[in-house]
Amino acid sequence: MLHFSRWKIVAIVLTIIAAIVFALPNLFSKATVSAWPRWIPQKQLALGLDLRGGAHLLYEMNITQLRQNMLKNLRADVRKKLSDANIGTVGTGIVSNGVQTRIGRASDIAKAMKVVEQLAAPIGGNFLSGNDTRTLKVEQRGTQVIRVTLTDSGVTTRVTEALSGAIETVRKRVDEYGTTEPIITRQGANRILVQVPGVHDTQKLKALIGKTAKLDFYEVHPTGVSLASPRAPSGDYRSFPASDESDAPGRFYFLKEPPVVRGDQLKTASQGFDQRTNEPLILFTFNQEGARAFGQFTASNVNRPFAIVLDGKVVSAPNIREPILGGSGQISGGYTVQSANELAIQLRSGALPADLTVVEERTVGPSLGADSIESGRLAGIVGAVLTIILTVWIYGTFGIIAALGLVLNGIIIVALMSVIGSTLTLPGIAGLVLTIGMAVDANVLIFERIREELRGSKTAIVAIDSGFSRAMVTILDSQLTTLAAAIIMFWLGAGPIRGFAVTLSLGIFTSILTAVTIVRFFIAMWIRSKKSASRDIDVPI
Amino acid sequence: MIGLPHIKGRNLIKPGISLPLMSVSKVCFFASLGAMLASLLLFMFVGLNYGVDFKGGTMIEVQVKTGTANIPDIRSKVSGLGLGDVQIQTFGTDKDVLIRVEQQSGGEKTQQAALSKVLDALGDDYVRRRVEVVGPAVSSELRTTGLIAVLCSILAIILYVWFRFEWQFAVGAVVALTHDVLVTVGVFSIFQLDFDLSTVAALLTILGYSVNDTVVVSDRIRENLRRFKRMNLDDLLNLSLNETLSRTLMTSLTTLVVLVALFVLGGAVIRNFTFAMMFGVIVGTYSSVFIAAPLLSYLGVKRDWSGLNQGEGSTAKQ
Repeated sequence: MLHFSRWKIVAIVLTIIAAIVFALPNLFSKATVSAWPRWIPQKQLALGLDLRGGAHLLYEMNITQLRQNMLKNLRADVRKKLSDANIGTVGTGIVSNGVQTRIGRASDIAKAMKVVEQLAAPIGGNFLSGNDTRTLKVEQRGTQVIRVTLTDSGVTTRVTEALSGAIETVRKRVDEYGTTEPIITRQGANRILVQVPGVHDTQKLKALIGKTAKLDFYEVHPTGVSLASPRAPSGDYRSFPASDESDAPGRFYFLKEPPVVRGDQLKTASQGFDQRTNEPLILFTFNQEGARAFGQFTASNVNRPFAIVLDGKVVSAPNIREPILGGSGQISGGYTVQSANELAIQLRSGALPADLTVVEERTVGPSLGADSIESGRLAGIVGAVLTIILTVWIYGTFGIIAALGLVLNGIIIVALMSVIGSTLTLPGIAGLVLTIGMAVDANVLIFERIREELRGSKTAIVAIDSGFSRAMVTILDSQLTTLAAAIIMFWLGAGPIRGFAVTLSLGIFTSILTAVTIVRFFIAMWIRSKKSASRDIDVPI
Repeated sequence: MIGLPHIKGRNLIKPGISLPLMSVSKVCFFASLGAMLASLLLFMFVGLNYGVDFKGGTMIEVQVKTGTANIPDIRSKVSGLGLGDVQIQTFGTDKDVLIRVEQQSGGEKTQQAALSKVLDALGDDYVRRRVEVVGPAVSSELRTTGLIAVLCSILAIILYVWFRFEWQFAVGAVVALTHDVLVTVGVFSIFQLDFDLSTVAALLTILGYSVNDTVVVSDRIRENLRRFKRMNLDDLLNLSLNETLSRTLMTSLTTLVVLVALFVLGGAVIRNFTFAMMFGVIVGTYSSVFIAAPLLSYLGVKRDWSGLNQGEGSTAKQ
């Protein structure tokens, strides 16, 4: 056990040097490190949001709303398909999980079925599996009724698509907020995790992210401007409430589906001011397609109102004074500079497929983060010094060697974490400090064993040698169980707990390396330096 | 290594000591059973003071900009908002205040509304240090995963010890672990300490630590079983406990030293975690000496190890 081949010595020395080199950048400020020549490692420990300060927001997408939207779109699609094919219907309505339509004449049913079936798109073109899953199920019920149902896999596909879309939209909005390095990730089937370093006043950020911002321009019913109570839908018309900030809060508008122009036909949106009243408003331009549709509509509806609807509420319903052919316009109605700017960003980044709600928020201010780093560092230093004193006091010279191993252990963990880019959190610091205390255990086991062997009147070298080899089994047994706990923590743990699990498990590997291999190496060197002097050694333990 | 001074260490415990640990443990064993039962009853009838992680709700830590925090003032501002149960206390220093608002009924959005109300009511005299809002969906998920994590860890440890030793050792380890977890939970129940995600992390670490101790003692018992084939089992267990005692104490000591440093200097945020760990290390050390080994005396253990585990036997004889 005490013999080291040459390549092993080289490997140990190289490991120590590499650890020191890779851990070194953490002792300096970021600015200093970036000024270093390229060939020196510059990666520093990535600090978690709880240490550098920032916001952790977990959003959940409103699946019920998404499903309702899907059904509404489906109804519109079915209507359009049938009317394009000149098939008269008695009514098309939403039933529990689908759309049901009654055909005017029973003789049309075969044709109608064929037309409607075109809506059902296949999912995942895996023809080898022979699995012809489709987004919709089309059934004929009786002689005149067709029912179209959303299939489970159709809904799942749509939810996945919607979540990807929502992530893109959220990313655009957060980028516009002007923060550095936001991390936006999918969590499970219907959640999005938004992590934004440096932001601790989350009210504004949340207002920006969570709003759907679906903008539509509608034709208003000739008689139905600003009713006192909602009117039941009839034909293509439906009631929309006025928003609280509009001219007529508490009123309802009777608007024609589908909208004339939709929000995704916008090209730009920005905040501006009304030239006469200096009131903040939102300026927008349509894309080509939107501009054409809006131009045609306004040209044929001069002196009649149209409605601007945001997230299902009428923001304003101005009169069309002249055809708007330039493809640009403005939205006004009680905005402040901030809220107008917010809405402009939301319109630019596109609408969310459905509402996002915060289901978990963890925000840490910069002062607490800095305090945590400071107190963690202090506790770490004091803990390490106390452990070293205790070790040297009990195990003498060998204790000094073990302490050296401890310090190296700390350096190797920091180097590893810097290199693999793992994030250091506050529980992570606790894990690191705890590792220092627990890493001594391996050396304690070895040294106690050496003492026992020495009492059994063995020579020093035999005692040291069998101390290491006999303790090894026990060390592995005991460390593996802690590793099992750490892995389970990582597997199930959320956020900061994972940081703790990472440092704890890294610490287990490195402490076996340092306490067993490196300490053994140092002790072997020590023995070599003594051996020449006398035949047997007085073991300082 | 040439320059190192020649320092002789000292023994934490007199070598060759023979404390009647087994006789003591038989008394302790019943005391421990009592403590476990009491903890279980406390858990069932008094319950735990769950933090926002598990109960849902809002937690806000603020720091006063100048002077010391005015708790009665904050209380009067926040209690008028109609947010149900609100707890307000200083946190760490007299400048820091922790405000806890219970989970609001009416889904995820109402939690956010409650947060806005409290922040608005506090005004500009305070700086926000930390905000945690956990909605009903996430808190119930965290409860489930927390429970699964503890159970999985215990299961993994049972399998490991069973695989490495005889089933009697596994039983001993499991009873010791259950004891550690239960008693820690009991203490959290008595003092109504915040029981949150970090407490579960502490419990899992305690599990790992405690089984570590138990494994070291079991290793020695197994080694002695091979060496002293005719020794009375109780004497053999007592010998093994005594032989490993200085290691057990030394490791607990070094771990406790860093935990005390973390507890005193590590800041208020992780104080709960370090408290659970400190308590767990003490209980874990106790249980590996006074619960796991004595159980072997009750359960009995295979005495003839000659045919099995040649590999391990030979390392011990090297």
